[in-house]
Amino acid sequence: MDALAVHDALQNLLTLTPEIWQAVKETGLMLGIGLFAAIAIGGPLGIVLYLSQPGQLFAHRLLNGVLGWLVNLVRSFPFIILMVSLVPLTRILVGSTIGPVAAAVPLSFAAIPYFARLVEQTLREIPRGVIEAAESMGASPMQIICKVLLNEGRSGLISSLTILTISFLSYSAVAGVVGGGGIGDLAIRYGYYRYETEVMVAMVLLLVLIVQIIQIVGNRLAARLDKR
Amino acid sequence: MIHLQAVHKRFQRPDGGWFTAVEDTSLSIGAGEIFGLIGFSGAGKSTLLRLINLLERPDAGAVIVDGRDLTSLSARELRRARQNIGMVFQQFNLLTNRTVADNVAFPLEVAGWSRADIAARVDECLDVVSLGDRARHYPAQLSGGQKQRVGIARALASRPRVILADEPTSALDPRTTQSILECLKNINERFGVTVVVVTHEMGVIRSICHRAALLDHGRIAEVMDVVDGSVDARTDLALSLLEAA
Ligand SMILES: Nc1ncnc2c1ncn2[C@@H]1O[C@H](COP(=O)(O)OP(=O)(O)OP(=O)(O)O)[C@@H](O)[C@H]1O
Ligand SMILES: [Mg+2]
Repeated sequence: MDALAVHDALQNLLTLTPEIWQAVKETGLMLGIGLFAAIAIGGPLGIVLYLSQPGQLFAHRLLNGVLGWLVNLVRSFPFIILMVSLVPLTRILVGSTIGPVAAAVPLSFAAIPYFARLVEQTLREIPRGVIEAAESMGASPMQIICKVLLNEGRSGLISSLTILTISFLSYSAVAGVVGGGGIGDLAIRYGYYRYETEVMVAMVLLLVLIVQIIQIVGNRLAARLDKR
Repeated sequence: MIHLQAVHKRFQRPDGGWFTAVEDTSLSIGAGEIFGLIGFSGAGKSTLLRLINLLERPDAGAVIVDGRDLTSLSARELRRARQNIGMVFQQFNLLTNRTVADNVAFPLEVAGWSRADIAARVDECLDVVSLGDRARHYPAQLSGGQKQRVGIARALASRPRVILADEPTSALDPRTTQSILECLKNINERFGVTVVVVTHEMGVIRSICHRAALLDHGRIAEVMDVVDGSVDARTDLALSLLEAA
């Protein structure tokens, strides 16, 4: 590439600024809805998965088995197939199958069981004795969940959320290409279909940057919350 | 204060069979007593101790603490009854993400105390175990002995009439062990709290207990009196333990 080509490429990116900004907002929206669903539904699901294990507070073999099976079922779908199979549901929920909100439906669907497993895993690392100590003091199940499990697991939960966010940034790119919009979609439309390689490169760099920021913020927060 | 009446506890083994950890055991512990439970590993000491606050529910028998049969209580009533029974653990089991003061505050939060009452009581309890200057530290910043003193302050916080201690000194060196035992004794004398302490060391029985039960294969082999630091034992098993100590 000579100087002129570089100049043209930068010029092109500059004229695309509004679209890039729009794409960032779309990605943010997809990710935001997906993460919200993961925390609001996947979080409690993870807690139930943990508590219903044998030997735990609410040991329940059947419930644990059924939930575990459901979680595995959804998680075993390749994301692209999950998206396609959820088209009818998306249409009912959102009224459309394109746009970031529509794309957030399959994203949420995938994020919920994923986060549930991460939460379950994190809670398992809390020593059994600490929970027992709380029980011996007469703590109620709700107090044990809020004051012991979530508080002792808080650093691990933040790390889980970091992993989830980064994975789903990548999933959101896939969802974007099939009509959701966002950064990945922009990269494909300009970089791949219109051979504007500089757009592809710029979008990938942008994603790299976002991932780094999420990871750094996640690590810092997890470290600060961890008093072990 | 504590009456175990023909309690029985068995556990299911991985192979599906049953293992009897505590067999048809009765025991009475008086108010204000420091009572020891001693025996070899696997004798059922921890299980028997955990039956007292129903961390293990007996398959048969009654557990009467401070005049109430705990086995007959609803879940909510049992939680309230447990606020009257503190517990101290070998591995301390402190909340790592809470400061020393907040660990001691935990049982009071559970019991629904007001913020001001909690703060005052936490200070008192930390003074009892001489840890007032560590209130804002986290457990990770403390030595083993200090962690156990936090454990004791926590067990003491809700003004229980009974404290159960499962090998409270087994993770500690001999000198620290002495200071923790002194601490338990001091609490017993100052507040009249009944203390039940599990140990596998006769030394612990000698230094703080008034009486002790020797457990063997889930049964009480002998209840021994301790007078002026000497243990009055009759069975061969107890005598061999005394000799080894
Ligand atoms: N939750 C459980 N499930 C299965 N078996 C158990 C359980 N708790 C205790 N046991 C068994 O019951 C027996 C008595 O255990 P317990 O913990 O009361 O012994 P202990 O006297 O406290 O021993 P140690 O000195 O090793 O702590 C042991 O054989 C143990 O394996
Ligand atoms: Mg034990």
